[in-house]
Amino acid sequence: MNVAVRPHLVDGTRSVRLPSSRQGSRSGIVAEGAPFLAVEGVSLGFGGTVALDSVDLSVGEGEIHAVIGPNGAGKSSLINAISGLYAPDSGTIRIGDDRFSRVPTRRLARLGVARTFQNLALFKGLTVLDTVTAGLVDRQSAGLAAQILGLPHARREAREHQERAEAVIALLDLAAYRDRLAGTLPYGVQKRVELARALVARPRLLLLDEPMAGMTATEKQRMSGDIRAARDSTGATIVLIEHDVGVVMSLSDRVTVLDHGRRIASGTPAEIQADPAVIAAYLGLAFDETVA
Amino acid sequence: MATTSAPLAKAPPRPSARGIGVALLLVIAYGIVPLIGTSYLYEAILTPFLALSLAALGLNLLTGYAGQLSLGSSAFMAVGAYAAFNLSLRLPFLPLPVTIVLAGLVAAFAGLVAGLPALRLRGFYLAVSTLAVQFFVAWLLNRVGWLSNDSPSGIISAPPLVVAGLSFEDARGRYLFSLTVVALLTVLAWRLVTSPTGRNFVAVRDNETAARVIGVKVARTKLLAFALSSFVVGVAGVLWAFAYLRTVEPAGFNLDRSFQILFIVIIGGLGTLRGAFLGAGLIVVLPLLLSRFGAAVLGDGFDSGTLEMCQRIALGILIVAFLIREPAGLSALLDRAARRLRRRS
Amino acid sequence: MNPDLAFLVEVLVGGLLSGVMYALVAIGFVLIYKTSGVLNFAQGAMLLFAALTFVSLTERGVPFAGAFAATLGVMALLGLAIERAVLRPLVNQPPITLFMATLGVAYVIEGAAQLAWGTQVHGLDLGIDDTPIDIAGILVSRFDLFAAAVAGLMVAVLSLFFRYTRTGLAFRAVADDPLAALNTGLRLPRIWAAVWIASGIVALVAGLLWGARLGVQFSLSLVVLKALPVLVLGGFDSILGAIVAGLIVGAVEKLSEVYLGPVIGSGIEGWIAYVAALGFLLLKPSGLFGLRSVERV
Repeated sequence: MNVAVRPHLVDGTRSVRLPSSRQGSRSGIVAEGAPFLAVEGVSLGFGGTVALDSVDLSVGEGEIHAVIGPNGAGKSSLINAISGLYAPDSGTIRIGDDRFSRVPTRRLARLGVARTFQNLALFKGLTVLDTVTAGLVDRQSAGLAAQILGLPHARREAREHQERAEAVIALLDLAAYRDRLAGTLPYGVQKRVELARALVARPRLLLLDEPMAGMTATEKQRMSGDIRAARDSTGATIVLIEHDVGVVMSLSDRVTVLDHGRRIASGTPAEIQADPAVIAAYLGLAFDETVA
Repeated sequence: MATTSAPLAKAPPRPSARGIGVALLLVIAYGIVPLIGTSYLYEAILTPFLALSLAALGLNLLTGYAGQLSLGSSAFMAVGAYAAFNLSLRLPFLPLPVTIVLAGLVAAFAGLVAGLPALRLRGFYLAVSTLAVQFFVAWLLNRVGWLSNDSPSGIISAPPLVVAGLSFEDARGRYLFSLTVVALLTVLAWRLVTSPTGRNFVAVRDNETAARVIGVKVARTKLLAFALSSFVVGVAGVLWAFAYLRTVEPAGFNLDRSFQILFIVIIGGLGTLRGAFLGAGLIVVLPLLLSRFGAAVLGDGFDSGTLEMCQRIALGILIVAFLIREPAGLSALLDRAARRLRRRS
Repeated sequence: MNPDLAFLVEVLVGGLLSGVMYALVAIGFVLIYKTSGVLNFAQGAMLLFAALTFVSLTERGVPFAGAFAATLGVMALLGLAIERAVLRPLVNQPPITLFMATLGVAYVIEGAAQLAWGTQVHGLDLGIDDTPIDIAGILVSRFDLFAAAVAGLMVAVLSLFFRYTRTGLAFRAVADDPLAALNTGLRLPRIWAAVWIASGIVALVAGLLWGARLGVQFSLSLVVLKALPVLVLGGFDSILGAIVAGLIVGAVEKLSEVYLGPVIGSGIEGWIAYVAALGFLLLKPSGLFGLRSVERV
């Protein structure tokens, strides 16, 4: 149920134009590394409905990989399966060197995986600074007593974590909101705070579930820039779900298309746009009508 | 509790102002009150106020910060009180502060056990499971005579309040004793809620899934909240039994007491430390105000039974009114008043 | 029949019948929970209020039917008032907030009921002979049988109501999917009002039966605590669950009281139902009739 998503009007020229300058250089990198994330034959059903039907997904290290498809295609289910919130009925998921039939959510941070959520999942009662610092919770080593008594190593750790959080806050231009409660901020800002919370731990794999849903064109543009900057500065592998095909084509190195829980295509943006199956399934129609 | 936004560790607008306020309160509590107070003030108002504040502070850690609703707080007060009684009875050589800390630890352990269902249950189901603890503890204290040294109906009496040769036996002494315990635990609680652990509490409260994804150990955090909360509530039970009533029975720690503590937290403000004190202040003063008011209006017709009913009604109305009008409690009202004053000045 | 076995059956039947009484209270909760997601802790206070009002009227010489009708009206108004004054302003608040509000309401009703009608214990005689009757060698309380029959009748009436009346169908639609129901033009406030009135009436029936059993006094509002384990076991949103769980809880309580009590001490009925219900829930988190819920993220 995606009430907040407004169909974004993409003008024809922008939606088909390829980001040629980066396309060449990126695909080179992608080809070299073994895939960092490999989803193999993952199926998932709820009751009688099939959310994922033997889906494969292979994402190279440092790649920005978009997953697109109409509502109910299984995009969010795929991300939830990769982050272990849903247990697949079959198939395996490989992250880095670890292979799982169900990814253990509690070890996600340790595995170097961070994610954002389709419907904001912030901590309303924490300030932006605390929210972002909380993204480093997995790196905390000081014990409870040390924290309460304010022992030197606990204070040093707290200071270091705060500095890292401040750096990410600055990177994403959130300094103005640093001490505000996350729950009180405008929607677009909250989306950025969530990205900051995910980025602060410098994840090796970043899963973004509709990071631009409900944003204005301007906000989308800056979010695209932020995502690209995040990849360029940390080398993270990024999987993102996005409805706006224009954004997808210009931002991603590779695209996977899902429809009714099945993968119908995967390739570079150019390949996807030329793929007959994709065109038949949904690109053939006006983008803004089918994808919203 | 998802809507209650607790400004945790939020840099206060004027930190010095808050510091001055706390220092001022301590000066009044330690320096001025003992000079001018009457034993009525200590015994009927201040000591129960302190014990209830501490209990509410403890519950607030669990319910206000970590988001786990408990309806069994008074059971942990009872565990603290009876543990302290037995420790002082059976290990009389232990200094009183050690006895109190150990009693708190016993309560914390009970809280840990009571918190185990929280790993599987949420919301109402968890609240109902805390009721089970409430009834089980009451039953146990009545059944097992050893726990109350085989006294009829489980009544226990407090040992003398002596610390390092200093006696805190009189009304003022018991007030100062309670004040010191409450002040110390409040500082520790403040350190806790502003620490990374306190941040994890709020994360689990506000979004458990997101907390787990970023690496918060959710189960551990919940159990920790239950244990720490129960420690504080248990010590509050010791104060209730040793400093306030001096003689208690298990029936004194009943469901009504648990609700009273929950009401203090709601009225004072979920997820704020000072809310516990503001709420407790109101709860302690309310019956006194009502009885004065009732006696003035109704004269002799206002007996203790009528008072109790009026109190119940007033309390109920207060709860509903706060939930509707000011879910963040007296603490938020105070903030607003302070802002208005500042603007005027 | 083997005397031990006969005794066991007798205990079991007694437990099942008192379980019906628990189910009766639990149904009041379910009605409200299903439509508005509120765990109405004030259900016990409403029950007390109904019984007190009824008894006080009959003690003042009002005939049974008149007192019943008058109390019915009062309860409907009370339910409506709670819905209007407390729950409507809190619409869209988290369930726990609503629950705490009903705690406050319980306090107000308990205080008001006793302020208005006094705190002394009233006897309530429904004119039912409570001598046990002998069925195939097993002694069964006549009153319990009557209570079970009333409870069964009420469930039947409620089922018919939900199956065949417009409001009943609307209620089911709301319970299934409030948002969709809203979109199809059902007026939620009207249904909430209807449901609160219905729960007031359920409280009256339960209050009379429980009042006749225990005497009408403050502790009557504590039967709510008997209903909670039933709800935990049967699910907060299933009438069938409430009935089945009520029977189970009643049986477990009586059996453990008789067979476990001598071993670990009397008075365990205060918590044994909770422990049993929670134990079951820990093993089977979806409850008796619950469906596997999928967390949406």
